[in-house]
Amino acid sequence: MPTISGIAYKNLRRKRIRSILTILGIALSTWVLVSLLGFNRGYENSLNKDIDNLGFQVLLTAKGCPYEAATLMLQGGQGLRYMPENTVDSLRADKEVEELTPMLMQTVFDPGKGEEGGVVGYLGIDPATYPKMKPYLTFREGKWFSGENSMEAVMGFESAELEQREVGDQILIPGKNVEVTVVGILNRSGTQDDGTIFMPYKSLQKIFGVQDKLTSVGIKLKKTANINAYEEKLYTIPDVQVVSIAQVKNTISNLVSTARVMVMSIAIIAILIAMVGVMNTILMSVWERFQEIGIMKSMGATTSHIFRLIWLETTILCLFGGIIGSLLSVVLAKATGALIRYILPYSPTGSLIRIDAPLVLESMGIILFIGLLSGIYPSLRAARIKPIEAIRSSEGEL
Amino acid sequence: MTDIQIQAKDLSKVYVRGSEKIIAVNKITLEVDKGDFVSFIGPSGSGKTTLLHLLGCLDDPTSGELSIEGRTVVSDGKSLPESKLSPLRRKLFGYIFQKFYLIPTLTVKENILLPFAFHRKPGLAMTANEVAERLGLSKRLAHLPKELSGGEMQRVAIARAIINRPRILLADEPTGNLDSKRSEEISEILSDLNRSDGLTIILVTHNPKLATKAHRIIELQDGRII
Repeated sequence: MPTISGIAYKNLRRKRIRSILTILGIALSTWVLVSLLGFNRGYENSLNKDIDNLGFQVLLTAKGCPYEAATLMLQGGQGLRYMPENTVDSLRADKEVEELTPMLMQTVFDPGKGEEGGVVGYLGIDPATYPKMKPYLTFREGKWFSGENSMEAVMGFESAELEQREVGDQILIPGKNVEVTVVGILNRSGTQDDGTIFMPYKSLQKIFGVQDKLTSVGIKLKKTANINAYEEKLYTIPDVQVVSIAQVKNTISNLVSTARVMVMSIAIIAILIAMVGVMNTILMSVWERFQEIGIMKSMGATTSHIFRLIWLETTILCLFGGIIGSLLSVVLAKATGALIRYILPYSPTGSLIRIDAPLVLESMGIILFIGLLSGIYPSLRAARIKPIEAIRSSEGEL
Repeated sequence: MTDIQIQAKDLSKVYVRGSEKIIAVNKITLEVDKGDFVSFIGPSGSGKTTLLHLLGCLDDPTSGELSIEGRTVVSDGKSLPESKLSPLRRKLFGYIFQKFYLIPTLTVKENILLPFAFHRKPGLAMTANEVAERLGLSKRLAHLPKELSGGEMQRVAIARAIINRPRILLADEPTGNLDSKRSEEISEILSDLNRSDGLTIILVTHNPKLATKAHRIIELQDGRII
């Protein structure tokens, strides 16, 4: 026996291409929506992970642009500013400090890198304190430096892979005519450290002629310490700026917020277009079946029956579109992540798109809700068709 | 108890097109008894289809009175609201049209059973097999409308109209799209439904052979019975 849902489903199959195109439109909107919501979650998560992996709560840098400082903190930068090395001594005297580690970032242009050359960054660290703050850094091969003045380097997993380096290899620092020995290669950590070349900061000071200078100091506070009060205290030190975890998060969030707004706008436009597409498809279908609907009413279909029939067609379209779009977003999550990474000014390491079942269900709910909203007008229009209008439209006899 | 099933008094329908007034049905008074078989004949534009629509509660008259099985449907030119007409239509009427209006995506069986998607008279409705056998459609139940001849399509439309056992069958040019052989088949079916089931039939036709099957032939011209 035919049911209203069966009639609705069979009608959609009548105009297959049109139904498929409408479903495709809804699927693309769902894909954009799920990916975007997944991005919001994934980005937040990865950023938090990256910052937690810094190993310190406060970074002290030479005074300059806060954006540069934030970038420097996570991935190094150019146009570096310095602070005197003895700053460390005054910081160490504070009772609230549990541990601190001096750092010196240096970059050089390597004409041999890639086809047109590229910038290579070296992070000078203190072998006595830095490894303690980064306990997740483990070695695939080798170990940390033999001394604080040794001409040795430890390479992050990706930088070693990229340059095909092994322990014992000599690497030449471009423009400095200095060779250093690779003494260790780290395991993949999923952080910015994977792309870093580490050296003792004192050696780096000598090589680059920046004795007694640092670019930053990482500070780990005692658990009992009041971070805000401590930061206030740091502002009294001349020519330095304090970058706290909260600031870093805010700074990076500001950097990407414009991109987020743009992507969100695109998603809203995509959803609106899909909504208009659904309305158009259903409305066309209603006009094409004007007589059929009229005849159904003549055989006893009520306004509510016809409304349900047309609304069900909308639901079926949205449901199929939502399912296909959700599957697309899961399957293409990596590719979408790579695309977003390419667009954004800064992306944390790890997965940028985080999609789980509740997110998919939430997005499907949004799509269904919007789809059903767009189905209301065509359904009402169909429900109001009078049998006589339908019959007259085809026969015309008085 | 009266046998009058449909009673129309001074029923009129006027269409206004711009400044022009077209009187399609002009003050028609008519009674149809239970089990009657009435044919409306007349030239095109004589108002027979409009009258059929008015009697079948498909269209609203401009003036007049109409009662069906003792229930007032139109009083002083004012019809019952759609919410009350809809259950009345499904309870009392079956409709057959010149164009068959079968749903192309549904099989013959599904088309016959289509009224059940909206309403099924408890204990009264026929089964699809029962009605298909009676109308010679048993072997066509799994076919789609496009696989049927014109005569078969009209038989499916009749089956769909009677599946819920209506009390009045309204047929508007049911043989209009059929050749003489198929027209004869449909005539026989309608006669049989009237004779065997006591179904009241009101028919609009240009086909004199079909019209003569009726107990009464009512001729219309310019919206009036002549």
